Amino acid sequence: MEKKLIGKRIPRNEDPRLLTGQAQFVDDVNLPGMLHAAFLRSEYAHARLVSLDVSKARQHPGVVAVYTAEDMGKDWFPGPPLVSPPPTVEDVVFHSRRQVPLVKDKIRHAGEAVAVVIAENRYIAEDAAELIEVEYESLPVIMNIEKALEADSPLVHDDLDSNLAAQLSQKKGDYEAALKEADVVIRRRIVIERGAAAAMENRGVIAQWDAKGEALTVWDTTQAPIPIRNGLAARLGLSESQVRVIAPYIGGGFGPKIMMFYPEEMLIPWLAMKLNRPIKWIEDRRENFYATTQERGQVHDVEIALTRDGKVLGLKDNFLHDTGAYDPYGLTIPINTQCHVMGGYDIKNFTSEFKVVFTNKIIVTPVRGAGRPQGIFIIERMMDFAAKELGIDPVEIRKRNLIQPNAFPYEHGIIDQAFAPLILDSGNYPAVLQKTLDAIGYEKFIKEEQPRLRKEGKYVGIGVVPFIETTGIGPYEGARVTVEASGKVNVATGIGTQGQGHFTSFAQIVAEQIGVKVTDVRIVTGDTSEFHWGTGTFASRGAVVAGSAIHAASSMVRKKIFTLASKILETPEEELELEDGAVRVADMPQRFISLGELALLANPLRGAVEPGTEPGLESTAYYGPRYGPTAFGAHAMILELDPDTMMVKVRRYVVTEDCGTVLNPLILEGQVHGGVSMGLGNSYYEQLHYDENGQLLNASFADYLLVGATEMPNIEVHHVETLSPLNELGVKGAGEAGAIPVPAVFAQAVENALSDREFEINEMPLSPNRLFELVKS
Amino acid sequence: MESTAQNLFELAVTVNGTRYERTVEPRMLLSDFLRHELDLTGTHVGCEHGVCGACSVLMDGRPVRSCLMFAVQANGHEITTVEGLGTIDNLHPVQKSFQEAHGLQCGFCTPGILTTVVAFLEENPDPSEEEIREAISGNLCRCTGYQHIVDAVQLAAEKMK
Amino acid sequence: MKPAPFEYHAPTTVEQALSLLAEHGYDAKILAGGQSLIPMMNFRLAQPAVLVDMNNIPDLAFIKAGDDGLRIGAMTRHYQVETSDLAAEHAPLIHATMPKIAYPQVRSRGTFGGSISHADPAAELPTLTFALDAKFRLVSLRGERWIPAREFFFGLFTTALEPDEILAEASIPPLPPHSGWSLQEVARRPHDFALVGAAAVLTLDANGRCEDARLVFLSVGDRPMFAERASDLLKGQEVTPEAIRAAAELASTEEIDPSSDIHASVDFRRHLANVLCRRAIEQALERAKENKE
Repeated sequence: MEKKLIGKRIPRNEDPRLLTGQAQFVDDVNLPGMLHAAFLRSEYAHARLVSLDVSKARQHPGVVAVYTAEDMGKDWFPGPPLVSPPPTVEDVVFHSRRQVPLVKDKIRHAGEAVAVVIAENRYIAEDAAELIEVEYESLPVIMNIEKALEADSPLVHDDLDSNLAAQLSQKKGDYEAALKEADVVIRRRIVIERGAAAAMENRGVIAQWDAKGEALTVWDTTQAPIPIRNGLAARLGLSESQVRVIAPYIGGGFGPKIMMFYPEEMLIPWLAMKLNRPIKWIEDRRENFYATTQERGQVHDVEIALTRDGKVLGLKDNFLHDTGAYDPYGLTIPINTQCHVMGGYDIKNFTSEFKVVFTNKIIVTPVRGAGRPQGIFIIERMMDFAAKELGIDPVEIRKRNLIQPNAFPYEHGIIDQAFAPLILDSGNYPAVLQKTLDAIGYEKFIKEEQPRLRKEGKYVGIGVVPFIETTGIGPYEGARVTVEASGKVNVATGIGTQGQGHFTSFAQIVAEQIGVKVTDVRIVTGDTSEFHWGTGTFASRGAVVAGSAIHAASSMVRKKIFTLASKILETPEEELELEDGAVRVADMPQRFISLGELALLANPLRGAVEPGTEPGLESTAYYGPRYGPTAFGAHAMILELDPDTMMVKVRRYVVTEDCGTVLNPLILEGQVHGGVSMGLGNSYYEQLHYDENGQLLNASFADYLLVGATEMPNIEVHHVETLSPLNELGVKGAGEAGAIPVPAVFAQAVENALSDREFEINEMPLSPNRLFELVKS
Repeated sequence: MESTAQNLFELAVTVNGTRYERTVEPRMLLSDFLRHELDLTGTHVGCEHGVCGACSVLMDGRPVRSCLMFAVQANGHEITTVEGLGTIDNLHPVQKSFQEAHGLQCGFCTPGILTTVVAFLEENPDPSEEEIREAISGNLCRCTGYQHIVDAVQLAAEKMK
Repeated sequence: MKPAPFEYHAPTTVEQALSLLAEHGYDAKILAGGQSLIPMMNFRLAQPAVLVDMNNIPDLAFIKAGDDGLRIGAMTRHYQVETSDLAAEHAPLIHATMPKIAYPQVRSRGTFGGSISHADPAAELPTLTFALDAKFRLVSLRGERWIPAREFFFGLFTTALEPDEILAEASIPPLPPHSGWSLQEVARRPHDFALVGAAAVLTLDANGRCEDARLVFLSVGDRPMFAERASDLLKGQEVTPEAIRAAAELASTEEIDPSSDIHASVDFRRHLANVLCRRAIEQALERAKENKE
């Protein structure tokens, strides 16, 4: 079937509501009699809770209740874990330590909630929180992941022997043998620091308990409403059908909005039932820095073995991964790092061991990229160092090692974050790299422009980096597609949406199959009363997994339409056409039936639905991949650097993305742009600075620097479409891609710009201050 | 503006052409007043310290941070929020351009950008790209990387010529 | 992040405001544009008992030019200075700097006098008014006094203002002929507080020698940092590249007092001060040579 809607730059269905302030976000929900919560959070990063006196807060006018861990009685318990621990592979270590709703005995990171105040409004709740008297006994703080593993380190979790949370080794081929064959071996230590996701909307939870109806409704800024519903039901002793979780419009997710459970996510519904009043808690920006999860901290000891002509024989990467005070998200991030540290290269021999470390920092869970940017940064830095050492052009050494188009599916023989085999399904890596080089004008820049500008006193540099992105993992998603009597189509799916354009890209998939206008397809996501099977929006899987389920359900509805129309129009199916909301007899445009009429006939008030058929033009389908498709791309950047101030300005930025079938280029380019802006943040602007006491020194947007309009370059986006054989649409994920390679490109371009200085970049993120130190020393 | 008992103040403010009279505590932020007292929830709150710009509204035609004003300070002034620009069926040219150019993703920062841009284009109907980037330098967006926002403002400028 | 309760007053005349300040003393805090104070209140880092809101006093918002230069009322908004032809003509250094101060929305509310009274050592206006030899009119029920900018800034967020006093206006003298000016800043993002800023105001004599020079820095001390010896070094001689280097070297090594924070170390700040000082003198010199009137 020739595609009419898939691949088109179609403006979004959801925009008019968002543009007029009519889209409902969690904080926009206002219920009669609603109370407001504020949390008292620990200022200490590591301390024993000695005593807690909430009596003054309870007496404060306007305060309805104050709760501590003690007040929760038997309802106080940690967890549950969000991502199950890995299956028993050889030598795996995993100590599951889950966050608690309110601190009972020991504080493990600054910002952990100690008490919650419920009051008539948020102002009063915050007034009362200030009246709570707490006595802490401070403990030595564990901040550095290397020191945390030393024998005499204090412990984050006293019941463990050490701060080791997990350990996993993965191997491929025979690295030791490769090492013996190598002409050159390069070793480095590379450090990557933490950043924040910083969605513009902070988190929020509103819960309403209907005591007579015995029903709990929760509005939650979650990326995964269904698991939240299931978990809440289990925790609160309700049937899953008594709990409805709604994730309405969400102001950006980027990973941390999927964390089951945040303490607030469990407490607010529990309190709403306890007090029998609707309760709202909206995280403020300071809380977002202290209580929402973060990511990226790792220390790598990496070793690459090559031949003289730059062919990689083997790679060894042992690293430490900072998980913060608890590890509810299992091993997702470090396994992702392991799966990306070979990049898009044909590396036959590989060994990697990681250790996950508890520290007195805020919990780590995935942030857009989720371990992948670290892996790509490591391998791409090593490629740059190898190119320099061997005297090979950095692009050339990459070309010599890329996996070739005829090598797919390319099986790595290690497991991915879903514990599925890491198999790169398809791609044309050299073509993507070449397209990028042509677009940025690599040869011309190196040979002509850079020397000319250098003569004028300008320091400009270029960076080019290819990368993979594993996407679209299982377990599954589902969707129900219904043609209604209006002739319009309603689609319900279980994932949440945080700005990815699902209301439009999914509608395109449906409209393509069902022959209606994109604007006549209504997508419902993030409401467990509409669809209650599924997991959530993470791992760049919306378009792949939910998209494929929607495609499958639409195809089934299409079949039903043809079967019924054939009967009514008394014409064989192959002579029918489905277009513009009606089924027509080919070559006889006057003989047709509209989808609305057909929908009515499929769900008659009288007469029988034939045995063996179902009523309505409706189908539900599920899609679960054995393993996910892997996208590929390349980024290139030209930047200008003032060596006297170390101020950097990105002058050009080119992206080539191969995420298989492009559903909507407009939306895809938007995703890429946003990803790059976050990647640029991770390169040069965004770093969470903790002091030795575990205090965040920049818990505000004045000091945690998000990239603004004046810092962002324009980005030129190109596409290569190598369809994935793993799903009918041929799609691969793209949501996180933009952020992944940017730090690696940036580091290369900075070194290139300052090629007359002796220094090396072995860390991320950078800053003018850090570049000054590096170049000076 | 009248001070009443218990440190409450009566204020009268015109929002999107409608006059409202309310009694509030002086500490109530204008952002909270618009959202929770007037139920104009299109104005979003992202940082409450004046950096992200999501809460930007127009006061007497100029963009201001509604989180950095107390509601009582709007007494006697005219406020325009995103709800005052256009409707779903009759979008303002700036809103229309944002849809056409895909100048929004999650849409959370968008209301503050729209109000800022509407005022900006009145002052500067034919802006350069650099001027547009300066104009929205006080509005953080985590989704778009700003490029489509800049495109949308350029498109709007053309539409409004 | 909601402010703690406070008692609120919105006087409509300067006299009413001064009476309130006299009555409440140290308990009272003046609310000007609020673009620095309200964030602090939302974080509850500032919890003033009494707020005296100056925003309803029209008498304090004006820009006037006369023989003695430019006079800017304390409640004049940043955007009003930014878009003022008078400011462009009579205080071009200040006018040119306005677009760099925070963001458009903040400039809609932020005020000239508020920024100066707040005395943030990282802000531009304290340093620029210092470099331009401005003076400030302070008023209280006790009367009024004029004080030069160079005597106004005492330290971090601390000024010559008594608790019952307000800054009513700033007077910026005209620059003599053959004068040039420059403010060079390095900020992480263009509209952030600068890591370092260097302002130079130079006046040349008829022979092209430096007659007067003022080098003042921001973000490298607890107040606007005046490099007096470096400024003197330039005076009376031709401003050669060597002289510029020497002045910048002296200023950045001996006349500033930077501290380290997450954005920049002491070393980096000294280095930037040196670089920016040179650039500021060079640009001011060029302007002075062009400025023949």
